[in-house]
Amino acid sequence: MDSLPAPSFATVPGAAAAAVSPEANVPDSGPAAAEPLQGETTRREKPARRETAESLATRQREISVSEFFTKNRHLLGFDNPQKALLTAIKEAVDNSLDACEEAGILPVLKAYIDQLAEDRFRIAVQDNGPGIVKSQIPRIFGKLLYGSKFHALKQARGQQGIGISAAGMYGLLTTGKSIAVTSRTGPGKPAHYYEIQIDTRKNAPQVITDAVVEWEPQHGTRVEIELVGTYKRGRHSVDDYIRQTAIANPHAEIFYNFPGGAGTLHFPRASDTLPPEPRAIKPHPYGVELGVLIRMLKETSARRLDLTLKRDFSRVSDRVAEEICAAADLRPSSNPHLIATHEAERLYKAINSVKVMSPPTNCLSPIGEEQILSGMKKEIPAAFFTAVSRPPAVYRGNPFLVEVGMAYGGELPGDELVDLLRFANRVPLQYQQSGCAITKAVLSIDWRSYGLSQSKGALPTGPLVLFVHIASVWVPFTSESKEAIAAYPEITRELRLALQDCGRRLSSHIRARRREVEEEKKRSYIERYIPHIGIALREILGMSKPAEQELVVTLKDVLERSRSRD
Amino acid sequence: MPRTKPAGRKPSKPESKTILTSIRDSADEIRRKILARKKPTMKFPVRSLANVRYHPQRGFFEIAGQKKERTLTVNTVKTFAQTLRMIALSKELVESDDIATKREAYYVSKNWEDARFTEQPESDTVMDDVEAFFGVNREQLGFIPEEKGGDVAGRLTVIDHDRDTGKELRIDCTKFGSGAYSIPISVEHLQYETDADFILVIETAGMFQRLVKHNYWKKANCILISMGGVPTRACRRFIRRLADFKRIPVFVFVDGDPYGITNIYRTLKVGSGNAAHLNEFFCVPQAKFLGITPKDIVDYKLPTHPLKDVDVKRARDAIKNDPFIRHHKDWISAIEYLVRMGVRAEQQALAKHGLNYVIDTYLPEKLKHPERFLP
Repeated sequence: MDSLPAPSFATVPGAAAAAVSPEANVPDSGPAAAEPLQGETTRREKPARRETAESLATRQREISVSEFFTKNRHLLGFDNPQKALLTAIKEAVDNSLDACEEAGILPVLKAYIDQLAEDRFRIAVQDNGPGIVKSQIPRIFGKLLYGSKFHALKQARGQQGIGISAAGMYGLLTTGKSIAVTSRTGPGKPAHYYEIQIDTRKNAPQVITDAVVEWEPQHGTRVEIELVGTYKRGRHSVDDYIRQTAIANPHAEIFYNFPGGAGTLHFPRASDTLPPEPRAIKPHPYGVELGVLIRMLKETSARRLDLTLKRDFSRVSDRVAEEICAAADLRPSSNPHLIATHEAERLYKAINSVKVMSPPTNCLSPIGEEQILSGMKKEIPAAFFTAVSRPPAVYRGNPFLVEVGMAYGGELPGDELVDLLRFANRVPLQYQQSGCAITKAVLSIDWRSYGLSQSKGALPTGPLVLFVHIASVWVPFTSESKEAIAAYPEITRELRLALQDCGRRLSSHIRARRREVEEEKKRSYIERYIPHIGIALREILGMSKPAEQELVVTLKDVLERSRSRD
Repeated sequence: MPRTKPAGRKPSKPESKTILTSIRDSADEIRRKILARKKPTMKFPVRSLANVRYHPQRGFFEIAGQKKERTLTVNTVKTFAQTLRMIALSKELVESDDIATKREAYYVSKNWEDARFTEQPESDTVMDDVEAFFGVNREQLGFIPEEKGGDVAGRLTVIDHDRDTGKELRIDCTKFGSGAYSIPISVEHLQYETDADFILVIETAGMFQRLVKHNYWKKANCILISMGGVPTRACRRFIRRLADFKRIPVFVFVDGDPYGITNIYRTLKVGSGNAAHLNEFFCVPQAKFLGITPKDIVDYKLPTHPLKDVDVKRARDAIKNDPFIRHHKDWISAIEYLVRMGVRAEQQALAKHGLNYVIDTYLPEKLKHPERFLP
């Protein structure tokens, strides 16, 4: 699949439904239901006209985006109970971290998983963020595709405004229980408690409970969802996700309670510096698709085409706007609202034929080499750490950058495949490892030249944890559940460069370590074997013990000296 | 334990005194070097086929003089220590007139803590080094091999001595029935009485059995000796002393394949590359190759097996690198002929013409023309 933003899909729920309906139709709409009947009729007589446009029209109606995702919950990461539990926690944690950072607050997160029955859990995630204004709470948690991040081209964990409401919807679907939200925006403000259900037909929130409650924290938000799930440890587990989140967010302090765990797991904060605040940017002309371009022309407040280009896009100067108009054979003074579709198409081609400066990269907020190191050092028991933060680059008009960290040796197991930790905008990616650009880039490198062993087509083997982070204003995930990153050539190239850079540092460490071991071995050789030369010579020559001792001491000294000369 | 001194034994023989002296001398040289704050060294002859010369007049592989010097460094300290401890063990054995097999020596090393050997081949190599270092036979150092020497039957009386009483023992090799006399590990003290016309040395125990069972030695008036594969040092020495002593010819009857020719026969006649410093004593230069020659395969229409890749490689290697084979044009052309045919024939292949064809026809016909034997 190409990158996510299907333009019209996103703007209004109604339009979204229209955009998806062709595929969404398949499971439940008319023709499919009529199929057995059709089989019978064809056998008896000539195929009669089965449907008319009018009869079809009686069943054609809008499908709400929530209905669509109820049926296609796998697209959002709720395809199996284990993954559902993880996704629900993840959406809540991502939102909390985004909120804290946007408000400039060092995050303190508490995540709880209570097991109520074999397959029933209540999860709760609480943050010390800015809180949410009362009037917005129902829509944020009870309406899909409602949020602050979609319209801004800005680096954030969340993108579409689907995640947390989808988690609440999944909980409602599997347990009938509402999503519960407590939020407070400041010390003088009341804390609001809401129980919300999503009306899937209307994609609108239904408030079940709305109360003002006593709440200890001065500001922050707590989300609780009851859902059917499976709690497992190990790979793909919530435990792993929390730990990796702690590694990629050393500025966050996390408390974590899990079923069967003895008390609370504490992931301390390793850095008091908040990541720099990412800035929102306007879309770069190269990253805009035809549909988006047409919409932008319709919605712009500018009266002239050249002004639209300059005002609504980044990096379009007077000269560039002029060049684009000339290449598209359109007058710069044309009214953008009156540009016809075929003209827009010319404009689209023209944009891509003109040289435009790369987009600004200050919209990115890398973790930074130092922070990656401190995050890894506090959670990974390795002996050697290194990290590389690449300068920003651009794919399809979207700025991005790649960061790689490596933790090697120490207590890490040496005979297993390396542990590959993937992150996008600081969020750990747990599933679809093999389909991800990061994995592909790792596999495309010959790790044997860096001192690791590697079977053909497999990840390298060795006591290594590989940390790979991609930060972008728009991470090109291969699906809405944000599990794998699409392999744009520009992204793959940056990944390889970062991995190779780190790999070189790793290999010089490995070589140095091997030399040390060798050195140590040789030193111990002297200690171990020289006494035997003494014993043998004493036995042959019938020497006294002190004479033997003198010989041994002298010989050790002679060898040590000659060794240090080498 | 083999190292305890048996009661009532005479002190060291004069030969042992020389060994003990050279052991002490070399150890003392090392000691003095250390005290002079220099790195001690030991020089060993290189033990490989690449370091031997073939002297047709003298008739054996002679060491060509390449030596490797082992200087005591961090890298060699383990082997150095092990070599010295092996020498110390040898000194103890010689002093107490005792012996240890290669395997026993390996087990003795288990007392050496860090310097012990983990596998016997390691200790064997060190033992070979020590042997080469002193340029003596390992039996003189108190080490004896594990393997059996070979079997003897026929017109020969071996004169040995009773170990307890010192009384002479006369062993008549015609009186073993369907069995045979076993060549001891050390043969230096043996004497012989024989009126045999020749010695027939045989590769396989099977063929030996057939000839013994049918008293072939009576018919041909000879001594039969079975090597059982590549001949041991004791076997070679036994044949050499016997042949020298009575000046009787030695005929060798082995499989017609590269292994029979270039390993078994070659080692019997001129010695091995590995123990080149000792070949002078452990070789039988008067040996002649009776069969099975590559020509026999054709002449006697013997059933064959195809040569394996290793056989061909062995044959080519011998033509290229073996100084003995290279010296004899007859051998080069014979081996090339064999490779061209691409086949090999075993001794037992003669059974195709009848089980006793070898006794009734093959051997008598071959023995009529000793001049046709290969060198």
